[in-house]
Amino acid sequence: MTEKVLETTLEVLKEDAEGLLMEWIDQADEDGAKRSDLFSEREERDQAASMLRAFRLGVRDTSREGDFDLRDEHWADLRGILSEITHERVERGVLPGEMAALVLALKTPLFGRLTDKLVGQPDRLIEEVLIVSKAIDAFALYTNEVFIAEREQIIERQRDEMLELSTPVVELWDKVLTLPLIGTLDSMRAQEVMESLLQAIVERQAEVVIVDITGVKTVDTQVAQHLLRTAAAVRLMGARCIISGISPKIAQTMVELGVDVGEVRTRSSIKNALTDALTSVGVAIRPIERNQRSGA
Amino acid sequence: MNAAAIYAVEGVLLVSITSDITDSDIIELQEHLSNRIAESETRGVVVDISALEIVDTFVGRILAQLTAIARLLDAETYVVGMRPAVAMTLVELGMYLPDNHTALTLDHALEKIRSARSANGISRRA
Repeated sequence: MTEKVLETTLEVLKEDAEGLLMEWIDQADEDGAKRSDLFSEREERDQAASMLRAFRLGVRDTSREGDFDLRDEHWADLRGILSEITHERVERGVLPGEMAALVLALKTPLFGRLTDKLVGQPDRLIEEVLIVSKAIDAFALYTNEVFIAEREQIIERQRDEMLELSTPVVELWDKVLTLPLIGTLDSMRAQEVMESLLQAIVERQAEVVIVDITGVKTVDTQVAQHLLRTAAAVRLMGARCIISGISPKIAQTMVELGVDVGEVRTRSSIKNALTDALTSVGVAIRPIERNQRSGA
Repeated sequence: MNAAAIYAVEGVLLVSITSDITDSDIIELQEHLSNRIAESETRGVVVDISALEIVDTFVGRILAQLTAIARLLDAETYVVGMRPAVAMTLVELGMYLPDNHTALTLDHALEKIRSARSANGISRRA
């Protein structure tokens, strides 16, 4: 009998696929990798069965070829199925560790069977176990990679959405725009903010722009730099920029940091800024007579 | 000179720069404009750069120079019609053009010049 890599493993997989599957699921249950609360018995079984099937095909082709490499064409099926299942499980709230544990749980029943088969041939047993172990570890790692990739995508998407959401330019009055900034202001957001603000100035023919930083948590030198650059760009466009909502705390930090706002106007509240802005476009807010009030 | 044209509008010199202006054109424009300011004794110059899509430090520097020259000849310079991308580039390059006045459009600039002039006129008469 010629010795081939993974030959015995393939035999085991062929002979007792059903038994192996059952044992695998039981083992996963024992390891706490089974989520009966999220998946029905049937779904759990179907997923495991399809993984096992793809695993067998991969083992078959690898056994012909020789050495193991997850990136090989033989494992394309299994890779596809693993990412599909990981995707599905993660979506329902399975933790990445549990997904890996589920894959790793296959080791116990598989090794048990290999030991039975290769009794009296410790050398071959060790060889097989080593390779299978390496393969299964690689699959478990792969599910983790898939999981991380998915998370990255979600983060990416949410960041884009946040960028859009967080830069609303509002027209307060004819020729008066306001941009309420909320959260943190990093370089990328600052760029986005500047772009949409300048675009709005052109579209609405604005003369005064109020950048309100009431919602900005902290102002460090970088944020101050961004704000001043925005103000400079607004000025170049031919409009005037007022920075409002500077809290006493932020005023103190800015002075401590040595930030010089130059000619940029700053106001403590948006109310003051608005009065200022309206005055410069020739509009005033004044109280109305008591008997003119609606509803009074 | 095709890339830039100088018109006299309401006692103000309007300089219109087209998109394909070259560096040599700009130097020529500088020469022309200083002559025109001195001849017409104008108090205001409006540089319309709305057609300008690309700026570099050279253009930025020339704008600053035009302003300085005009100021020496007793005229204020307004830069109008700057595109958002141009404004961002200039800021990126650190060219804040501190001596230039800016306005959104020619109309806005004329209005500002007029009001500055009337304010001046009053103070002179007084």
